[in-house]
Amino acid sequence: MITQEILVECGVCGASIELETNVELNELVDCLDCTTEYEIIAINPVLIQEAPMECEDWGE
Amino acid sequence: MIGFLHSLIRKDEKLLISAFKEEGLNIELIDTRKLQLTPSMEFSFDIAVERVISTSQGLYTTQFLENQNIVVINSSTVANLCSDKISSSLALNKTNITQPKFGVAFDTTSALSVIEDLGYPVVIKPVVGSWGRLLAKINDIDAAEAILEHKQTLGSYQHSIFYIQEYIEKKGRDIRTFVVGDTCIAAIYRSSNHWITNTARGGKAENCPVSDEIAQISLKTAKTMGGGILAIDLFETPDGLLVNEVNHTMEYKNSIDTTGVNIPAEIVNYIKDKYL
Repeated sequence: MITQEILVECGVCGASIELETNVELNELVDCLDCTTEYEIIAINPVLIQEAPMECEDWGE
Repeated sequence: MIGFLHSLIRKDEKLLISAFKEEGLNIELIDTRKLQLTPSMEFSFDIAVERVISTSQGLYTTQFLENQNIVVINSSTVANLCSDKISSSLALNKTNITQPKFGVAFDTTSALSVIEDLGYPVVIKPVVGSWGRLLAKINDIDAAEAILEHKQTLGSYQHSIFYIQEYIEKKGRDIRTFVVGDTCIAAIYRSSNHWITNTARGGKAENCPVSDEIAQISLKTAKTMGGGILAIDLFETPDGLLVNEVNHTMEYKNSIDTTGVNIPAEIVNYIKDKYL
């Protein structure tokens, strides 16, 4: 069985970010090379943009 | 249909979404950042789960849903109590749950008096906050004067609400327990050389067996907060356990393998059994 990868490019360092095939809209993913965090902003095709900065009321 | 309130979908949310799907439960994903809330707006579900990374967005969205008689887990009552450290400390005090001594003041002179009464070192925290953010361990009066002035001058009005706790020497670790309904399902030790042991700040997690003492204080705390799905932070002292904080939108992605407990599945089973 051939499993299709989803690859997107990190806008900061150019590394390939491999995504799970069951990626969700608004999912938080990170570049393993430079640790930049991204949000999935579209599916089909997958588009990413840098995740919003942490706000003072974020958390548990 | 179950409403799933979210903003960024972290691993915690993704695991929970998968757990719902594995049980054959349909969920409607609702990004709170896109909402235009009005009192009369209607939703296509009677039950919702709140998993929003922003405490304020989660709380207010919950209130709008409850206004439409939608049951939200956790409720706004629980969220309000847990998200405000003064409210939760007072609630714990009311039910005689052991916790670090604390005091509150609204100007720097009064805050210094609170600190002197508690005795150095103390910890000052924002009333609303998480992930070990903006905490300060104050070891002496020089540091106290500086931090109080900085908070009052540089922060929003919230930072002039000085919530001060006695510092508890916890010997490099604290305990995080996970309560789902009326069961303490798991616990972890969080260890660090730093006095802040949040895993968000680099604390390392390992399994903590749930003793009777841990379960008892966790369940009493959860009940005091109104119940639901809660994570409770405990300090170990020679005189017993103290409750430090209660969290109403718990993170667990790094605790599943550590504890051997499928936390998202437990959450889904709880919601299924109690509400569906």
